[in-house]
Amino acid sequence: MTTILDPTDEAVPVARSITARPAELAGAVAFLDISKPRGSVLIDRLQELLTAAHPGIKVNRYAKPTFAKPAPAELRAQILSENDFVVEALAD
Amino acid sequence: MPNPVPPFSLQSLRGKDVSFPSDRESLICFVKEDCPTCREIVPVLAALHSAFADTVDVHIIGQTSDGNRQLDDEFGPPFDLLDDSTLKVSYATQIDIVPTLYWNDANGQPRQTLTGFVRDEWQSLSQELMLATDTGDVKLDWEELPDWRPGCGSLSVDPLIADKLRAKAENSPLRARRIEIASQDDEVEFMFDQGFSDGLPLVPPTPERVVRMLSGTRRDPQEVIAVMPPNMGEVTVEKVAINAVMAGCKPDYMPVVLTVVEAICTDEYNIHGVMATTMGASPVVVVNGPIREQLGMNMKLGALGQGNRANATIGRAVRLAIRNLGGAKPGGTERSTLGNPMKFTMCFAEWEERNPWGPLHVEKGFKESDSVVSVFTMTSGPTLIVDQDSRTGAQLGGSMGLTLEAMFNPRAHMGTNCLLVVVPEHVDTFMRDNYSKADIRARIQEVTARPIRDLAADEISGVGFKPEAISAMDSDALARKLPKFRTEEDIHIVVAGSEAGKFSGAFHGWVTGEVGSIPVSRKIAELD
Repeated sequence: MTTILDPTDEAVPVARSITARPAELAGAVAFLDISKPRGSVLIDRLQELLTAAHPGIKVNRYAKPTFAKPAPAELRAQILSENDFVVEALAD
Repeated sequence: MPNPVPPFSLQSLRGKDVSFPSDRESLICFVKEDCPTCREIVPVLAALHSAFADTVDVHIIGQTSDGNRQLDDEFGPPFDLLDDSTLKVSYATQIDIVPTLYWNDANGQPRQTLTGFVRDEWQSLSQELMLATDTGDVKLDWEELPDWRPGCGSLSVDPLIADKLRAKAENSPLRARRIEIASQDDEVEFMFDQGFSDGLPLVPPTPERVVRMLSGTRRDPQEVIAVMPPNMGEVTVEKVAINAVMAGCKPDYMPVVLTVVEAICTDEYNIHGVMATTMGASPVVVVNGPIREQLGMNMKLGALGQGNRANATIGRAVRLAIRNLGGAKPGGTERSTLGNPMKFTMCFAEWEERNPWGPLHVEKGFKESDSVVSVFTMTSGPTLIVDQDSRTGAQLGGSMGLTLEAMFNPRAHMGTNCLLVVVPEHVDTFMRDNYSKADIRARIQEVTARPIRDLAADEISGVGFKPEAISAMDSDALARKLPKFRTEEDIHIVVAGSEAGKFSGAFHGWVTGEVGSIPVSRKIAELD
C-alpha cells in the first residue's frame, strides 16, 4: 500500500472510475472460471439463472490456466473480442 | 477505559472561558448536535446539571459551534455548552463515540465512563454520584427513557478529519488529504486515472517526499499563498510542495516555485484568462539573481530546451499547480484551440553575466543581488530570428523587427507584446555599435511602423483595417504610421543561449494590458 497526498484543492472526492454500465443486457456474456476448485459450480448456477432470465443472450465459457496467475494476455484479448460482458468467479 | 480527559480551557457558548480540572469532582459529556442519541439525552444532561452543578463541575462539550447553537436554541438547557469545534479535546481524549460521559475525581482522573446511552448505567452512575456527594435529587423519570441507544461516531474520528487532527497532534506539517493506493494498483497509473497528470508520469507525492520538499522553504506549510482560479482553490505551501514533488523538483526549488505561483495569481497577471483563452497562452518564467547559480539553472546552451532539471521541473510544478489547485484542465476551463508545448513547462534563467545592458530584474527595479522571478504570458515561441549576416546594430535590430512583425499576423499591429531572447553572438553584434536595449526597441518600432493604408484588409488577407474604417479616413489618417507594438515597453529583452549561433529567439505574447495579462516580476523574499 502506498499513501500519497492529494495534490488538488480537495473539492472532489477521490474515486476509482469504473466503466460505464450498459442500460440493458444483450449480446454475448463471458463466464470466466479462474480454475479454483468449485468455482465452476458457482458459474454453472449463475449461467443457468442468467440464461433463464435472459433467453436472448449468448454465453461463452472460459477458464484461466491457473488461479494463481493473471489471465494470459491472449485469453484476455479473446474474451474482449468475443463478448460484451464478463462474469468472473472468485472462489474461497 | 478511554483516556482521561486532558486539562483544557474551552470557551462556552455564552463566552465564558472554562478550565478543567478545578479542585472539584466533575461530570463531562461529549456530544454532537447531529447525533440522535445526543439529542435524546439532552434532557438527561439537563437534569444531571440541575442536580449536581452546585457540588461538581458539569461540562457538556459540543463538537461544532453551529451544533452547540442549535442545541441551545432547541432545548434551552440549563448548561452552557463548551465549544470543542477544533476537536482538540475530543481527539486528545481519544473518544470514538458520542455521547461519552465521564465522572472524574477532584484530580481530574476518571472514576467512571459511559459511552452511548444505557439507561441502567446512567441511572446507577447518577445514584452513586448522589451518594458520593451527598447532594442532588435528579428530577428525571428514568422509566420514560429508552432502555438503550447506541452512540454515534465522534467527529474526531471522522475519516475526513482524523488525519488532519492526527497530523496537528503529532506536530506534522502535513494537512492534505491522504489517498491510499492499494498494493495491486500501480501508483503512477492511479495518478493518471485521477487526472493529476499533464500527460507525463508523476513522482508519487508520498508524505515522506512532501516533508522533504517542505524542508526547502522557510515558509509555514499551511500559509495560504494564493487563491487560484477557476476553482478559487486555496493554495497552501504544502499543496505547492505536493505538486512540486510530482513534477520532480528538488526541495531547493521551492522558493522559486512558490514565488511564481504567487506572481501568476495576481490580478495583473490574470492566470484565469491565460488558461481559458482559445489562443493557447501559457506562463513563461524567467529567473534572475543568485538563485540561478544556486539551483544550477540553465541559461546557456539550450536554455529554452530540455535537459536541465531545475528549468524543467520548476515550470512543470507551476503548471501542475495550475491544473490541480486551480482546476484549469484542457476541455474544462482550459480552452486552447491547439495547445502549446509550453503548457508542459517553460522556465529558464537569464545569462546576466553575458548581458551588457543590465539584467531583466534590475530593469524592473530590483537590486542585482535580489533573486527575482518574472512571468510573461506567451502564445508561442521561441521562434527563431535567423540573422548570420548583419554586422551593425541597426541591421540586426531591423532583422528582429522584420521577424517580429509576423507575430499573430503581419497586419496585426499594436495588439501584443513579446519576450526577445538575445543570444551572445547577437549581443556582440549589437555592442559593436554600443546598441542599447532602448536602441533595439526603437529600431524594432521604426522598421515595423507601417502606414495604416498598408495595414488594410484586402484580397490577400482579411486581417487588417476593414474597408469601412479605411473609407472613413482621410489621406493624413491613412498615412499615419503604426509600429508593431503599442509601446516600447511591450518589447521585453533578456539574454540567454550558447556562445555559438546567431539565432535569437522570440516568444510571442497574448493580449496585453488590463484586459489581458500584464507581466509580473516578484522577488523571492524568503531568500533574504
